Amino acid sequence: MSDSSSLIADTTRRIFRELGRELGRELGDPKSQRNDSRRQALWRALDDAGLTRTWVPERLGGADASLADGFDVLRIAGEFAVDVPLAEQLLAGWLLSRANLSLPEGVLTIATVDRRDRIELGSHDELTGIARAVPFGRVATRCALLAHRGEQSFTAVINRADCALDERDNIAHESRDRLSLRAVKPLSLTPSSTSFDELILMGAAVRAVQMAGALQSVLDLSATYANERVAFEKPIGKFQAVQHSLARLAGETAAAVAAASSAADAIDSSPTFDEAIFLEVASAKIRVGEAVTTGTAIAHQVHGAIGFTQEHILHRYTQRLWAWRDDFGSESDWAVRLGKLVSSNGADALWPMLAAR
Amino acid sequence: MAAIQFDPIRLPAKAQDLRAEVREFIRKEIASGLIHPSQGVTYPGYSPEFSRKVGAKGWIGITWPKKYGGHERSFLERYVVTEEFRVANAPVGLHFTADRQSGPMLLKYANEKIKSDIVPRITRGECCFCIGMSEPNSGSDLFAANVRATQCDGGFKVRGTKVWTTGAHHADYMIGLFRTSPSTKENRRHGLTQFLVDMKSPGITVNPIANMTGQHEFNEVVFDDVFISAENALGDIDMAWKQATSELAYERSGPERFLEISYVLFELVRLLGNEPDVRGAEGIGRLVAQLHTLRRMSVSVNGMLQAGKEPTLEGSIVKDLGTVWQQALPHKARDLAAFIDGDVQDRTEFDRKVVHATTVAPKLTIQGGTTEVLRGIIARGLGLR
Repeated sequence: MSDSSSLIADTTRRIFRELGRELGRELGDPKSQRNDSRRQALWRALDDAGLTRTWVPERLGGADASLADGFDVLRIAGEFAVDVPLAEQLLAGWLLSRANLSLPEGVLTIATVDRRDRIELGSHDELTGIARAVPFGRVATRCALLAHRGEQSFTAVINRADCALDERDNIAHESRDRLSLRAVKPLSLTPSSTSFDELILMGAAVRAVQMAGALQSVLDLSATYANERVAFEKPIGKFQAVQHSLARLAGETAAAVAAASSAADAIDSSPTFDEAIFLEVASAKIRVGEAVTTGTAIAHQVHGAIGFTQEHILHRYTQRLWAWRDDFGSESDWAVRLGKLVSSNGADALWPMLAAR
Repeated sequence: MAAIQFDPIRLPAKAQDLRAEVREFIRKEIASGLIHPSQGVTYPGYSPEFSRKVGAKGWIGITWPKKYGGHERSFLERYVVTEEFRVANAPVGLHFTADRQSGPMLLKYANEKIKSDIVPRITRGECCFCIGMSEPNSGSDLFAANVRATQCDGGFKVRGTKVWTTGAHHADYMIGLFRTSPSTKENRRHGLTQFLVDMKSPGITVNPIANMTGQHEFNEVVFDDVFISAENALGDIDMAWKQATSELAYERSGPERFLEISYVLFELVRLLGNEPDVRGAEGIGRLVAQLHTLRRMSVSVNGMLQAGKEPTLEGSIVKDLGTVWQQALPHKARDLAAFIDGDVQDRTEFDRKVVHATTVAPKLTIQGGTTEVLRGIIARGLGLR
C-alpha cells in the first residue's frame, strides 16, 4: 500500500468514526430529523475530503485515486454501514469517467443497476425506459445511467426530477426506487465503451467489498458482546458452544474478506473485464452473500434479545447486509451465470481457470 | 480484536512459470504410467520412482537452504507444485510429509550432523517421514501424550504405543512426541520432547490398521524399549509445546486442505455436461465460488508466510473452512446429479468417485487438527479464551 492510499483510508476512517458511528442506528425510523442533519454533516465531510470523487481522475475534477484506493474507501464505509450514497457516487463517477464525462453538481446515484433494465435512446437523443431498484433514487438530484440504441451503449446523466419516482424500500428501509423515464432529455450523453455487464460486475464488486467490511464489524460487535455479557456467572464467550459459533462467524467473515479483496485487487490489476475478472467478481458476490446469510444468523444468536431491538446497533449491519446481497445480482443469479460459464468451458478447463492467479 | 487479514496475493510470474513446468512433467508421467489421475485415492500414492524424479526436478524442499539440498525459492512456488500434484492425484506419499513439515522441523531444531545427513536425502525424494503424535489416549489432547522416553546411558529409551500414524509402514523416520517429564501443575503442556526416530531401530513394531475405505494408510506403532540417541532430540527437552505452534500455519493452510477430494467437483461438471439446467448450473456456480475463495485464502496465507508474517489464526480458518467444505462436497454432488439417469447416460465414473469421496470424507475434519480444536484456536484469536 502506498503512502497516498493509506492516507485515503485513514481519512475515510477518521470521518466515519467522527460522524458516522451513531448515525442511522434506528433503521425503522429513517425520517428522524436528527439523523437527517447528521447524515448531511457526514456527507459534507466526505465531499469536502474529495472522497465522493475517489474514482474520478484529476482532469475531470476528481481525486485521481486508484481503483484499489476506492475499494479501501468502500470497505471502510462498509464497516460503518451508514446510509449515505457513497458507493453509488463512486460507481457513478467511475462510469462517467470512463466515458470522459465530468461529475455533475449535487448528489449523484447510479440508475441502471438491474440486468433487466433497458433504457432506450431515441432518435432525438431522448431516454425512455424503467430503472428498477435505484439506490437512493429519492435522495439523488442526478442519475448516471447506461442507455442503448441498438447494440451501442451510451453513458448519460439525467435530472432525477425529470423521471417519475415510485418510492420503494429494501429490507433495510433504504430507498430502492423505481424510476420511469419518458422521453427524458439527458444533461450529458456520450457513446460508452462500458457494457452493461461490466457495470453490473463493477457494482457487484462494490457491494461485495462493502459487505465484507460490514461483516468485519458484525464479528467485532459479536466477539466484544460475548466477552461482556455475563450469564450463568461468566461471560458467555467462555462457553464452548458460543466460542465455536463465533469461530464459524470468523470463518465466514474471513471468506468474505478474502473473496472481496481478491476481486477488488483483480479489477485493480486488470485493464479489461475478462473471464478471470468474471470468476473473481461472481465468486465474491456469491461467497460474500453466503457468508452474510450464515454470519448474520450467528451474530443475532450470540446477541440474544438485545440484538433484536432498534436500540442496539447490530440490526443496522444485519439488515443492510441482507439488503446488499440482492443488489447487482443475488448469489443465485451469479451462481447460475458462473455455473453456465464453467459448464460451457468444460470440466478440463476448470482447474486452469481457478489456478490462473 | 485485530481485523482478520487476507492480503490479496497474486502469484508471481516465477511461480506461474513453474506451474507450466510442473504441468508438462505431469503430462509426461501420466503417459509413462506413474500418475493415475482418475484413481482418486485418499492418501497420496507411494512411489519411490516418482519421488526420485520429483527430487531430481528440484521440487522437494523448494524453500530450504541450498546447503542442505534445498533451492531457496519462495513458499508460493512450493504452493504451486503442491496444488498441481494434488489436482493430478500424483503419488507424492513418499516425500509429502517430509517436504511439508519434517524437513522444516529438522532444519530448525536438529544438529548439524543430522541436518547434513538427512535433509539432502529428503530433497532427493529418498526419505519418507511419518509423524508420531496421536496415542490411544491422546488425540486432539496432544498434551496428554504418555509414551515415555526415559533417560539412559547416551540417550533415551522409548516405551509405549503411537496410533493413527499415517504412512508409518513406509517411513524411514518418525518425528515423535514423547514424554520426558511429568507435566506440572502450572503448565500441563510441560514435559514433552520431540525426537527423530529411525524406524529401523530394534524394538519398533508397525501394525497396520485398515480404515473404513478398506485401505491401509494408518498404523499402530509399538515401541518396546527403543533406544534413541540424545542427539536426536529436536529442540529443548520438555519444551516441545513451545515449538509446535509456529509450524501449524504451514501445515494447516496448504491446498491439500481443500483439494483432497475436490475431483468430485470436476467429475460433476463432466457429468452435467456443457448445458446443465438451472439447478445444476447454480449448484456448480456456488461450489466453484466456494473453492475459488478457499484457494485465494490459502494463497494469501502462503503469501503472508513468505512475507514473514505469522497468520496462525488465518491458517486455522483455512483448514476449518476447507475441510468442512470438502466433507460436504460429495453429498452436494450426489444431490445435483440426482436426476441423471444412469440408464440414459453413463455415470459409472462419477458414482465410483462419489462413493470413494463420501467414504473418505469423515476423516478430513479429524486429521491434522479437528474442527473442534481449530475452532478453539480461532476463538482464542478472537480474544474469547
